[in-house]
Amino acid sequence: MRNTLFESLTHRSLTEPAPAPDGSALAELAAKVDRAAQARLGRSLAIREVDAGSCNGCELEIHALSNAFYDVERFGLRFVASPRHADVLLVTGPVTKNMREALERTYNATPDPKWVVAVGACAVDGGMFRGSYACVGGVSETIPVDLHIGGCPPSPTDLLKGLLALLEHVGGKG
Amino acid sequence: MGILDSIPHVKAVPSHRPWPRAIVTEAGWQAAIDRLADGELTLLGFWGEPTAVHMAMRDAGSAAIAVVTYECPAGTFPSVANRHPPALRLERTIHDLFGLVPTAADDLRPWLDHGAWGQSYPLSGGNASRDVRPYQFLPAEGEALHQVAVGPVHAGIIEPGHFRFTANGEHVVRLEQRLGYTHKGTEALMQGASLEAAAKLAGRASGDSTVAYAFAFACAVEAALQIEAPRRATLLRALMAELERLANHLGDIGAICNDASFALMHAQTGVLRERCLRAADTAFGHRLMMDVIVPGGVRRDIAPDGVSALRALVAQLRKVFPRLIELYDNTASLQDRTVTTGIVKAEYARRFGAGGYVGRASGRDFDARRALAYGPYDALSFEVPVLEAGDVNARVWIRIREVEQSVALIEQILDRLGPGGLETALPARSGGGACEGMALTEAFRGDVLVWLRLDGELRIDRCHLRDASWFQWPLLETAIEGNIIADFPLCNKSFNCSYSGVDL
Repeated sequence: MRNTLFESLTHRSLTEPAPAPDGSALAELAAKVDRAAQARLGRSLAIREVDAGSCNGCELEIHALSNAFYDVERFGLRFVASPRHADVLLVTGPVTKNMREALERTYNATPDPKWVVAVGACAVDGGMFRGSYACVGGVSETIPVDLHIGGCPPSPTDLLKGLLALLEHVGGKG
Repeated sequence: MGILDSIPHVKAVPSHRPWPRAIVTEAGWQAAIDRLADGELTLLGFWGEPTAVHMAMRDAGSAAIAVVTYECPAGTFPSVANRHPPALRLERTIHDLFGLVPTAADDLRPWLDHGAWGQSYPLSGGNASRDVRPYQFLPAEGEALHQVAVGPVHAGIIEPGHFRFTANGEHVVRLEQRLGYTHKGTEALMQGASLEAAAKLAGRASGDSTVAYAFAFACAVEAALQIEAPRRATLLRALMAELERLANHLGDIGAICNDASFALMHAQTGVLRERCLRAADTAFGHRLMMDVIVPGGVRRDIAPDGVSALRALVAQLRKVFPRLIELYDNTASLQDRTVTTGIVKAEYARRFGAGGYVGRASGRDFDARRALAYGPYDALSFEVPVLEAGDVNARVWIRIREVEQSVALIEQILDRLGPGGLETALPARSGGGACEGMALTEAFRGDVLVWLRLDGELRIDRCHLRDASWFQWPLLETAIEGNIIADFPLCNKSFNCSYSGVDL
């Protein structure tokens, strides 16, 4: 263990330079985010991830955000265990009918002000599962969505761009 | 001797490949159940159609595989689950989707159907409805017992499912799972779909096994159409499959240690996993390598700088991974949590035909790559690690050994990658009407089965996907018994069963 720790001290950091916030995401948010919330939250957001029926591909990439290369916590973004601690719901999947109620309840359990980010092609409009007897469709058909991040699955960099756009806006820079 | 020699059947189905399928009478169906219950046969799959049920089985002794079909125009079939418990969830699923009724079944509670679809028996073609009653968890009674309900929305970034613990103090006396939350109607969406669309759906059965599913789907189509992918494509498929295994095992090893509060390992393996995904992205243009494998071959060749990226990855792993193994092996506080925790009995692993690290950590020596010797694994050399302890620690060690094997396999494949074509053209039509194919591939968590029937225009008539997790989830219920609730995340992560893969 000592070697591994020493090596970590002498190595250069692995973290990627931060990407620029996504332009279209900023535009989408501009219409929706309340300035009062900006003052209250500053540059920090607590995120609750909700899998509303995804294939788990999006979760893998959301997980990757916490690895040493992306290290989301340096931006003030952190994942929390309960919707009651969250500012942001990060929702994946084509929202299955079996998950709709749980998603609504999670949304209702999240205190205001709150934002919903729909992650992945399925969360945008149901993706390949649109029209299934078992799926509702995009997240916005169940709860109001502030930002969509497409991709199947979106790469960690795509996710970071979207989340930074949200942060910039919430932080009052947008 | 084939399996069907000892099972009375009406007729063999000629267009089913590569293994035989036969229509059986009730006597034949019962004979198959007898042999499953006796342990002579292992259940590989159990699925329905509007008026028939199918079971795929493997002979534990001869390694032969066969499918038996019981036609049930009256809508009933003799229950398999009341004699052979591994069939239970599959049987409940068949009832949910098709409305077929297993006679004399002990447990006919809904499994996938949570009463939210707005219709009953969605794949039956009819419009019969079932009465919706509140879901009854199995009872556990006693003076000091209490229940803890968890999910479907969990505390971490994981898939949704519900766990009902009954505990005596801290100790779990019963765990009952309730899944189905991610049911997307995948098999219904496949019906009538083109091969291209169906291959994409198969690749999204479980995102972490997208390569293994696309691989199995392609092999099943190729078996049905009696064509073969070019050799270079086969090698590239295995290259992707091993990269996928590597990335998942690395992620799991770290995540298990993280659940035992050892974050350093998580950070280190997280870096290695990310390097795998980046190498995969460089080589195949997608971090998870989705939609690269297609029926007939592969959609794209490895990128020019892909080979060097993979060689660099292998070199990095060879340098760093041994140190991490040493770290795991020498950290007593970590082993204190993993050794003797969450034991799966060897007898259960055998009876359920548990695949992957769950089976192999409990003495079940099965790996589809070796047992079925599908290309190109028939020409590659690798070992299948097997341990007996059946605890969290053993499941970690199986993963560690498999990482080493996958690294060696990637090197072998890169060395053998000669020039050649990427895709065998599919015929425009099947020629002789409907044809059927079945295939198994070894995903990182165990064997994936794909069965399908194509119509004369090469559209999907019916396709069934069976994840390894079907036969692993029930064993998690047994593994947690007697452990404390606080160790559940650790046990659960050491299984890392798929939710989406079984909910479909």
